[in-house]
Amino acid sequence: MNETAPVQSQGFYAEEMTISVGPQHPSTHGVLRFVVKTDGEVINEAIPDVGYLHRSIEKIGEKVTWHGYVPYTDRADYLAAMFANQVFCMAAEKLAGTEVTRRGEFCRVIACELNRIASHLISVGTFGQDIGAMTPFVHALRERETINNLMEEICGARLTYNYIRIGGVGYDILPETCTRITEFLDHFEPIVDEFNRLLSNNKIFIERLAGVAVISKEDAFSYNLVGPNLRGCGIKWDIRRDIPYSVYPELEFEVPVGTGQVGTLGDSYDRYWVRIRELQESCKILRQCLKMFPKGPAIAKVPRKFKPPVGECYARVEAPRGDMGFYVVSDGSEYPYRVRIRTGSFTAMSIIDKLSKGIMVADLIALIGSLDVDAPEIDR
Amino acid sequence: MAPLAAQSRANRMKRIEEMSLWERLYFPEVIRGLTVTGYRFWRNLIVHTLHKLGLARKVQAAITVQYPDERAPYPDTFRGRHRLTLKDDGLVQCTACFLCATACPAECIYIEAGEYPDNPVEKYPIRYEIDTLRCIYCGFCVEACPCDAIRMDTGTHPGNLGFSRKDFVENKEVLMQRSRELAEKGKEGLYEEYVKPYRHV
Ligand code: SF4
Ligand code: SF4
Repeated sequence: MNETAPVQSQGFYAEEMTISVGPQHPSTHGVLRFVVKTDGEVINEAIPDVGYLHRSIEKIGEKVTWHGYVPYTDRADYLAAMFANQVFCMAAEKLAGTEVTRRGEFCRVIACELNRIASHLISVGTFGQDIGAMTPFVHALRERETINNLMEEICGARLTYNYIRIGGVGYDILPETCTRITEFLDHFEPIVDEFNRLLSNNKIFIERLAGVAVISKEDAFSYNLVGPNLRGCGIKWDIRRDIPYSVYPELEFEVPVGTGQVGTLGDSYDRYWVRIRELQESCKILRQCLKMFPKGPAIAKVPRKFKPPVGECYARVEAPRGDMGFYVVSDGSEYPYRVRIRTGSFTAMSIIDKLSKGIMVADLIALIGSLDVDAPEIDR
Repeated sequence: MAPLAAQSRANRMKRIEEMSLWERLYFPEVIRGLTVTGYRFWRNLIVHTLHKLGLARKVQAAITVQYPDERAPYPDTFRGRHRLTLKDDGLVQCTACFLCATACPAECIYIEAGEYPDNPVEKYPIRYEIDTLRCIYCGFCVEACPCDAIRMDTGTHPGNLGFSRKDFVENKEVLMQRSRELAEKGKEGLYEEYVKPYRHV
C-alpha cells in the first residue's frame, strides 16, 4: 500500500515512504522483517513483522516424548541451545520431583556459561559489524570457534547440543576437557580487553551508540524487557541471583548494570557494555565451577518411560537474551500435554515499535543490534 | 516528543581511555596498524605458498582451516553418521528390539524384524533404514540400544550429495558396510573416502 499523504517536518514537505527492511537484511540475523515508514531519513514508524521462522516447536512438544523433546528445544534459540535444554529439563524435573545429581548441576552450569560467552560474542561481534566495524566480528567469531570446539568435545555437536537431559546431563565432562576450558579462559580473559581496545573504546563506535534509542526504566518495565536489555537500563535483575536455581547461589558473581557512562542511562551503548561485562562474569563463574567440580554420577536414574504426574509448572533461567521460561503441562502420559516457551527476544521486539519513532534509519540498525533479538527465538 | 536523534547530539561524549601524545601524533599509529596488517598478509601468503609446495606443514598459516584440503580433527565424542556394529561372525549385532526406533524423536528409523532359522532366541532386522533427511543427529538411538548395535562414532558428518530423497535413506547394508570400512581403514581412512567426492566438485 502506498501512502502518499504529505508529512510536514522541519518546514519541508516530503512524502512518507514505506520501505521494507528484511527479511534478508544483514542486520536482522535470521529472517526478520520490518515495515518502516520514513520521512526522509527519519523513521516515523517501524513495525516488526515476525513469523518467518515459525517452526511450531511448541506444537511438536505435544507429539514427542518428554525425553524426545530435548533435542527440539535446541532449535528454539540456536545461539544459546543449552539454556533451552536446561529450562525444559528443569520444568520436567520440577513436575516429577526428580533430583539432579550434584555433578550434573555443575556440568550444566559449565556448559551454560560457555554457551553464554559464545552467544554474547556473536551478539557483540555482529553488533559491531552492523554498525560498520568488520574486524571485531571476526575476532569474536574466532573465540567462539574455540568454544564450539569445546562444546563438541563435551557433547558431540557444535550448535544443537542436546546435552542436558532430565535428571542431569548426557555426557560427563572429562578432566582433559576441564583443562582445555581453563586454557581457554586463560586465553580469553585478555581477549576481552583487546576487544575493548578494538571496539568498546572506539570513538566512532561510542558516538554512534551513545544516547541512541534510550529505554527508560518505566518503559523497560512496561514492555517486560529481560536480560541484558533490562540491566542496560540500570535495573539489577538477574534470575541467577534473584530466583536462584541450580548451583548459582553457591557461586560468586556480579550482576553488571548499565550506568550511562558515555551517554544516557539505558542507551544502546549501555546494553552493549552490559554484555561485555557479562563475558567477564561468565569467566569468573566458570573458574569457580571448575574449582568446585564435585565427583559422582552426571545423571540421576530416570525411567526411560518418563511419566510425570498430572500437573503444570513453570521454570525459568537466565539465558543470554534474558529470562527464558518453559511452561509445561502434564496429563500423566508419556507426552507433554502442552509446552509453552517464553523468550526474551519476543518482548524485546515489541519495544522496537515505540523506540523507532523519530530516530534515523541508520539508528534502527543500532537499536535492533543492541537489543540482540534473535529471530528463531522470537518465532519458535 | 523530541526525536531521539536530537537527544543524542545533546549528550556530550566522554572517552573512557585518554589518548597518549604518541597516539595523538596519528601517523605513527597508522603505520603501526599497517605493519600488523602487512605482516599478517605476507606471512599468510608465504606460508600458504610453502604449504602448496609441501613445505613447512607444521607452521599454521592463518587461524582458518583450508577445508576440504585440511580439516580440524573431530573429537571422539562427535556425533557423526551412524553405523550398525557387527558380531564376530560378521552378522549384524542388532536384535531388532525397536528400542532405538521408540527413542528416536524424529521417527526416522524403520525396522522390520525377522528370525534366524537356526536360532529361536534372537531376532535380526530384515530391514533397518535411517532416513538421514529426518534424522537430527541427537544420539538417542545410540543411548537407547541395549546391545551396542548402533553407534555414531564414524567421525564423518551427514552427507549432502544426492539428487533424490532415496539417496539419503541409509539401509542396513550401508550401515554395516560402514562398520567394516571403519575396522579396515580406521577413522582417517573413512573420512578420506567420505570427503573425496567433495574435493572434486
Ligand atoms: S540420531 Fe536421533 S534422530 Fe537420528 S536416528 Fe538416532 S535417535 Fe533418530
Ligand atoms: S539398533 Fe539396538 S536398539 Fe535398535 S533395534 Fe537394534 S538392538 Fe534394538
